[in-house]
Amino acid sequence: MTLQTDAGPPAAGAAPDAGAGPPPRPPATHRPGRTWPARLDIKASPYLYVAPFFVLFGIFGAFPLVYTAWVSLHDWDLIAQDPQFVGLANYQALLRDPDFWNSVVNTLGIFVLATVPQLLLALWLANTLNRTMRARTFFRMSALVPNITSTAAVAIIFNQIFSTDFGLVNWALGFTGLENVNWHSERYLGWVAVSTMVNWRWIGYNALIFLAAMQAVPRDLYESASIDGAGRARQFWSITVPMLKPTLVFCIIVSTIGNLQLFTEPLLFSSGASSIRGGAEREVQTITMYMYENAFAPYYNFGYGSAVAWMLFLLIVLIAIANALVTRRISGEGKR
Amino acid sequence: MATGTFTNAPPPNAALKPVRARASRPRESAAMLWRATPLTYVGLLAATVASVFPIYYMFVVGTRSNDSLGQIPPPVTPGGNFLDNARRLFANPDAMFATGLTNSFIVATAVTVSVVFFSSLAGFAFAKLRFRGSNALLLVIIGTMMVPTQLGIIPLYMIMASETLSWDGRLQAVIVPALVTGFGVFMMRQYASQAVSTELIEAARIDGCTTFRIFWHVVLPALRPAAAVLGLLTFMTTWNDFMWPLAVLGGGDNPTVQLSLSNLSNGYYSDMSQVFTGTAIACLPLLIVFIVFGKQIIGGIMQGAVKG
Repeated sequence: MTLQTDAGPPAAGAAPDAGAGPPPRPPATHRPGRTWPARLDIKASPYLYVAPFFVLFGIFGAFPLVYTAWVSLHDWDLIAQDPQFVGLANYQALLRDPDFWNSVVNTLGIFVLATVPQLLLALWLANTLNRTMRARTFFRMSALVPNITSTAAVAIIFNQIFSTDFGLVNWALGFTGLENVNWHSERYLGWVAVSTMVNWRWIGYNALIFLAAMQAVPRDLYESASIDGAGRARQFWSITVPMLKPTLVFCIIVSTIGNLQLFTEPLLFSSGASSIRGGAEREVQTITMYMYENAFAPYYNFGYGSAVAWMLFLLIVLIAIANALVTRRISGEGKR
Repeated sequence: MATGTFTNAPPPNAALKPVRARASRPRESAAMLWRATPLTYVGLLAATVASVFPIYYMFVVGTRSNDSLGQIPPPVTPGGNFLDNARRLFANPDAMFATGLTNSFIVATAVTVSVVFFSSLAGFAFAKLRFRGSNALLLVIIGTMMVPTQLGIIPLYMIMASETLSWDGRLQAVIVPALVTGFGVFMMRQYASQAVSTELIEAARIDGCTTFRIFWHVVLPALRPAAAVLGLLTFMTTWNDFMWPLAVLGGGDNPTVQLSLSNLSNGYYSDMSQVFTGTAIACLPLLIVFIVFGKQIIGGIMQGAVKG
């Protein structure tokens, strides 16, 4: 190919190998610049420019993920000189591990409480923002501001807001007659607190993405609908939501993948030595936390931790497939 | 009037409606349809309060003493204790807050510069250069954005802690894996394909420019707005990153600011005003950046969304 024609004379007018280059016109003599280094530059530069991502992702993204599967088949810890191959023993142990199943239930519970309200409220907020109004930028910015605070900061702030004795939530609940709820005492209460943090941080971000998609919907659709007598709610469900479907699917997938891997919020929800366990009774421990607990300090049980990681990967894939099936079914009904 | 989805095709009886003509009346009615009502403002004000109040509350607690936290009703106005809290915070040996701030600045700056540079380079290649397999490679990049790479942190830690590297506890372990992101490449590709003129590139090529000189002198200046937004988003994400820094730096004496915060809040004593002062200081740089560049950041997110 032209790439290897470096044997040719560097002078202008060098004839390339027969049938080499895709450009049909002959590399004409009136182009003095197209010497072989120039052709090499044109051929190789694109690959060189996209290479950093692939090299980096290969080493630090794809390889570790695949290698996790290999590690999970071993009895492997930090000090082990030669790890023993144990086949599926880690997985068998995992399936009989009540703490693992506890973390699965917590993950799913928080996932539902954090994903469904998040997307519904984001839809509402986007629809509300999708008007001609004063102070447009101000309202958009205040919708996004939770997203720029760090997860650690969010967890610390909401921990105080949900604290048992002097928290704002309990103070407000006091007016309804509820006395000092201990949000750490029950797993369901912990789920609510943790998913509140997630929702607060991500509703505005999703709303802006929905808003962008809503503004791309042609407005005469609404005009015709309102002339036909469709009210606001009807317009929203019959025009806005169907037109938003690609964006909705994208956001559902992204927030599913994210919310199944929650770590920082539930970790910092519990303080002290039990924080990686998500509380004294593992009330809010997620699967990612359980992976971390096993794989890092103090146990450094890489093999078992990797098995947890792959089970979580499996769960993410399963739920993503379920998502896809449900969406296809809904859109299939829409066509009929 | 079917219940199904609306498509781009006009409704069957649309042709009968004279309203579709370009008169002034439908424009007015359309404007009426989209004008904010008082109810809109009520809803938006409620959303604003819900969004801003926790951040405001962070400053309230961070500027008060611990005693005032036990008051009923809880305080909702800032106090005058900020400097005293900050003094205790920076003197706290568990938090190593000054080290955390410095480290976070180093990490976030290095990652931001690198991500912007390599993403622009790759985005330019995907948008404007022809090469075999470019479509497939771009699809792979989009696919990688959905891969939960967080699940690979165990081998990643093993690589970093291996004797050849022994990067555990050191900042390069946090910096190097983040040097270029699929999101960045995709975002710059989207922007470059519409903001960079192909004719200009061809002209530069005929003048004998190398591809890199074209990138540096023609493409990069045109990419500046998108590069700024990508830089801001990258800085924020890196500044706020938690799990991987915890795994590879955690427990050591080289924390990022988020690890300092978690060490503080995990302490057995509960000096909440000190913790909140730290949280406020850690959030402040991003808040300032956001107030200054918020409009551009929002524009960038919304632009990426439409095409993404």
